[in-house]
Amino acid sequence: MTDIDTPVDDISEAPVAKPGKPIAWPLGLAGVALVIVGSFLSWSYDGQILNDLSINFYPNGLQILAIILALLSLVLLLVEKGPLVKLGSWLDATLGLRALGVGLVLYMVLALVAISVESDGLINVNPGGYVTLVGGLLIAVSAWMLPLHQLRDMSEARMPAWFDILSIAVLMAALLFTAAYALAQTEAWPLILCLVFVGAAATCLFRCGVMTFVSHAGQRHRKVLTLAAFAAAFLFPFTQNGDDTNMSIAGSVLVFSATAMGLNIVVGLAGLLDLGYIAFLGSGAYVAATLSTSAFATIDWKPPFLIVVLVGACVAATLGLIIGSPTLRVSGDYLAIVTLGFGEIFRFSMFNLDGNNGPNLTNGPNGIPGIPDLVLFGFDFGTDHTVAGVELTRNANYYFLLLILVGFVILTFSRLNNSRIGRGWVAIREDEKAAEAMGVNVFGLKLLAFAIGAFLAGMAGTVKAHQDGAVSPDQYIFLESAFLLAAIVLGGMGTIVGVLLGATILKVLPEKLRFFLEYRLLLFGLLLVLMMRFRPEGLVASRRRKLEFHEEDEALAVAVEEERLIAVEEAK
Amino acid sequence: MAAMLEVKDLEVAYGKILAVKKISFSVEQGQVVSLIGTNGAGKTTTLKTISGLLRPTGGEVWFQGERIDHVAAHDIVTRGLAHSPEGRRIFPRLSVEENLLLGAFSRRDPAGVRSDLKAAYDLFPILGERRKQPAGTFSGGEQQMLAMGRAMMSRPKLLMLDEPSMGLSPIMMKRIMTTVSELQRQGTTILLVEQNAQAALKRADYGYVLEVGKVVLSGTGRDLLVNDSVRKAYLGED
Repeated sequence: MTDIDTPVDDISEAPVAKPGKPIAWPLGLAGVALVIVGSFLSWSYDGQILNDLSINFYPNGLQILAIILALLSLVLLLVEKGPLVKLGSWLDATLGLRALGVGLVLYMVLALVAISVESDGLINVNPGGYVTLVGGLLIAVSAWMLPLHQLRDMSEARMPAWFDILSIAVLMAALLFTAAYALAQTEAWPLILCLVFVGAAATCLFRCGVMTFVSHAGQRHRKVLTLAAFAAAFLFPFTQNGDDTNMSIAGSVLVFSATAMGLNIVVGLAGLLDLGYIAFLGSGAYVAATLSTSAFATIDWKPPFLIVVLVGACVAATLGLIIGSPTLRVSGDYLAIVTLGFGEIFRFSMFNLDGNNGPNLTNGPNGIPGIPDLVLFGFDFGTDHTVAGVELTRNANYYFLLLILVGFVILTFSRLNNSRIGRGWVAIREDEKAAEAMGVNVFGLKLLAFAIGAFLAGMAGTVKAHQDGAVSPDQYIFLESAFLLAAIVLGGMGTIVGVLLGATILKVLPEKLRFFLEYRLLLFGLLLVLMMRFRPEGLVASRRRKLEFHEEDEALAVAVEEERLIAVEEAK
Repeated sequence: MAAMLEVKDLEVAYGKILAVKKISFSVEQGQVVSLIGTNGAGKTTTLKTISGLLRPTGGEVWFQGERIDHVAAHDIVTRGLAHSPEGRRIFPRLSVEENLLLGAFSRRDPAGVRSDLKAAYDLFPILGERRKQPAGTFSGGEQQMLAMGRAMMSRPKLLMLDEPSMGLSPIMMKRIMTTVSELQRQGTTILLVEQNAQAALKRADYGYVLEVGKVVLSGTGRDLLVNDSVRKAYLGED
């Protein structure tokens, strides 16, 4: 995939080698040793917290995470000086080590805070915790004493194909296991520590250049990368061992992702601000509900589900065309206001079509409960299945279906992005008037973006209705539209990986961190403000978007064009 | 034979203000025709109306025997009428090649587009050398070349250029004007809007002088160049 970020700027801006202090390297090594030793010792006197950290020489998951960070540091230290020094001209050990050092210190501080908060104060911290903290500090200090390097361009690194593919596979496997481990945490503190671990490890891999290599490898073997990502996602339910709660979260993440990707076409590609997008998801869900065999369903026609999907998607697309055709002639703020209004109109219509005010279509505020599980080709989504000794629950069944849906949405997105239509959208986003003079059918293309986006959301809605088992108007409030937009902005407008990442973050955090739920608006708001200040292009920036925020960067611009040429080649 | 482009009693208004007041002119196939006039004479408005970016309040526009004053802008491009807008309006963040490809947006023959891309690079070698560079980093003259190259990418029968010499150095202006003649020789009909009357009329087969929305004078380029009132008003001579 093209849009994995490569922190080229970090590397190229590094000043030419300042000699480091000779003590730095042994200091780092001592830090690594301390972290590992400390993690084998007990961190806490109280065995009840953080999944029991109280036993010596029996590290639990959280301690193993600390050890992994230490081992990564060790590898980078050996790149700096030692048997792996050959890699030194490619990998930036210093920057990677800094990320790891800071991450470890943060990790340990939070762990100690967690221990003292959960039981009675710092008294409960055992020496192992302090030893590990000191180790982390040593690594951080040594990293800042190491010299910065001038590196070779990672895009020139050529490895045999099997190595490229292996690195992609390793990345995907690591993602899968981390996701499984993080989701297995039922309490808040361990999850937070997991996130710190992921943050530290990811930052390290990006900073030191490993991710740059993997992303280039991914570009060389696009199909492998896509396949590996899909395989990892497919294998995820098998790591859950019958845990239906996590699969339910995963399912809602996929619905949210599919919808966000649909909105990404409207916002990210065509550049139209839609604040009522959730209504299209809602219309799909309502179509599926009213056509289902629920006792509360209001329409007597009961077509097979595949027809329902098409009907739901077409109804949503028609709504998109209806709302789009008068409003897409205006742009910017006006469009945002009209779509905002449309979202509310949809919700109130669903609220009021209860038989008292017009026909009874939606059961009003009660919604339509009791939507039965899907049965597709004799496969009952409502029952558990055992595959290869692993129990796959109801939500796992929906997860697989949704995975196919997300795959379809992603495929649609990327095909459009690299097509003539996609080029037209870019032109509209850049300069509408000039695009019109070039013969771009501005209105038609905008309307098309609206309709396609609505179509995809409608599809997702039909599955969502069955997965949730009920629809009601209050599922489709404005806030949901806002969250969809936030996922796109946070992850990176116009990208695939970014939006998937944003959607996952925005959906998983409130589900797993209950205390977070109460403050989520505050925290997300804060997060978005910080993002706009420090990384306006989103977590994963499409290179082109990055260019919009960093126009003076000519090297970046050339890279963008090269990437486009590769994409065009592939399309042929 | 009917003219390639025929403008009859064209009237365009911004709100209540008439910017173009019943002007008529025509462009014959193979000609270079100039519209000259001062700021606010209605030149740009006229071009925008012909290319469908603005709608006239009255009058007719005929292109190759078809009436186009209410045809959508993108359809007009497909019919072979390209417009290189005032101020160039290139896409600064897109690369040269992407800009050119967008010029060919209305076409659906990839092979033809590719060969025209090569033709554009032949016409302006500098574009070929920097095809991957974002257009915003170009100088004014290079941007004008790109704008012309981009307009040519739709393979137009009639090319409308709106002030191609704006803000250019004399050398660059000469280069652009030579290209205009070159394009004419290759068979493209050109409607040239200019404030720089000298340069425009020198190459024009025919010229029209616009003043506050009206055609006040017309004639062959040579005649207009020696016309007293034109010399006074536009060529800075007494």
